[in-house]
Amino acid sequence: MTAIEDVFRSEWGRLLAALIHLLGDFDVAEEALQEAFAAAVTEWAGEVPRNPRAWLYGTARHKAIDRLRRRARFAEKQAELAYLAPSATSDEMNDADESGVPDERLRLIFTCCHPALAEDAQVALTLRTLCGLSTEEIARAFLVPTATMAQRLVRAKAKIRGAGIPYRVPPASELPERLSVVMAVVYLVFNEGYAAASGESLVRHDLCAEAIRLARVLRALLPDAQLDALLALMLLHEARRATRVDDNGEMVLLADQDRSRWDRAEIDEGRALLQSSLRTSRPGTYALEAAIAAVHADAHIASDTDWKQIAAIYERLYFLHPTPIVALNHAVAVSMSDGPAAALPLVAALSDSLIDYHLWHATRADLLRRLGRDDEAIASYRRAHELAGNDAERRFLARRIEKLASSRHD
Amino acid sequence: MQYLLLIYDDEKRWTNMTEAGMQKGMSAYDAFGKEFAGKIKAGNALQPTHTATTVRTRDGKRLTTDGPYAETKEALGGYYLVDANDLDEAIAIAGKIPGALTGAIEVRPIMTFD
Repeated sequence: MTAIEDVFRSEWGRLLAALIHLLGDFDVAEEALQEAFAAAVTEWAGEVPRNPRAWLYGTARHKAIDRLRRRARFAEKQAELAYLAPSATSDEMNDADESGVPDERLRLIFTCCHPALAEDAQVALTLRTLCGLSTEEIARAFLVPTATMAQRLVRAKAKIRGAGIPYRVPPASELPERLSVVMAVVYLVFNEGYAAASGESLVRHDLCAEAIRLARVLRALLPDAQLDALLALMLLHEARRATRVDDNGEMVLLADQDRSRWDRAEIDEGRALLQSSLRTSRPGTYALEAAIAAVHADAHIASDTDWKQIAAIYERLYFLHPTPIVALNHAVAVSMSDGPAAALPLVAALSDSLIDYHLWHATRADLLRRLGRDDEAIASYRRAHELAGNDAERRFLARRIEKLASSRHD
Repeated sequence: MQYLLLIYDDEKRWTNMTEAGMQKGMSAYDAFGKEFAGKIKAGNALQPTHTATTVRTRDGKRLTTDGPYAETKEALGGYYLVDANDLDEAIAIAGKIPGALTGAIEVRPIMTFD
């Protein structure tokens, strides 16, 4: 990565947040910041100034004022310049560090994740503004045409402007509810990267890394036990990154992963965060999911896994978050602690809600296989294969079918 | 900014209501009106949708039909026009409308032309 790309990665979100606050407009701020980075490419000539953040902020501010001057008619110009002048010097500087750039990223996060915006718009806008991902990159990550993603971003920004969504951190009374929306967006970004719903590659690591980076920014700005738990959860999963896919891009099950290659530093950090979260607050869904991941991390070989404890945590999770997916995971844990026969009725009970979910069929197939009911297992694997959207998952299921079918003819 | 808060609810709730229930409902709206008197610019309850008429003009000809524009279980039953600093304030006011407890409030910013 070149020095300037490095600066772009680390500074884009913070600079854009400050510029939006200063200029009161997402598009003007974004264009000005893009121009400032373009200017940096030629003017820095490979040598990054001592304070790149201040340089970029000052340059973008000038570009924006120039642009507004050029664009505005006389009367409007006066008004706009009057608006710009004081806010750039007075109260703006209060929470700024030595770079002179105030940190307004919390305002930006809460605005992008406003519940009045559609969920997919919240995600797209957060990745675009805070992470600096290009529209093309976001479109690729979510497998939609670039034009569709561009349209989604334009609409979201138009709603912020048109409906009067404020650029601010919500008051304390609304903070828990609003923060939960922000955390849901971060987790959605992570999940999209971790278990890509569709497409060729199973893991889109860039999205996982962005989600973790966002959570770190949030935690630094707004300490919260649920946030600790969310970051712990993501780190404990991310630690398995290197082992989830083999050299041919094929999926490797948790039981077959080379645990010596799990990232110990991420596991240790995740565990410490989880413990600090549990010290200060009752466990929420993120903490319980992180606790499950931590139990897996504790087992140095798969057969050492404490499945009884995992099943118990899933039961608590179901109490907080009673979804059929949680119930399915609970059933899997039961199958490991008490055997497939105990789990099969639990899985069967979920047929109504999960009949179109490939992992329901794959789970059922696995239990039937373990019970020696091969024909039924093959039929269920076939159904899972038909429903799976991700190529790596489909190939995995195809191998299972092949293996079972051939062993049956032996 | 100004926002129109459109109150959608199941009309049968009001038509099937007892006298006492009706009075309770009215006093809830009275209390809401008093609490946000400084914000409310206008507001009305509408007669039920069986009194509605829908009019269209096509090729210079007027077409008049019986009934509301959209037949839905939850119908537009009233509205408030409010002044609010931003969408968050409008949402906060909308959440206090008694109709929000049983139906839903649509928050629509008023278009300004400059």
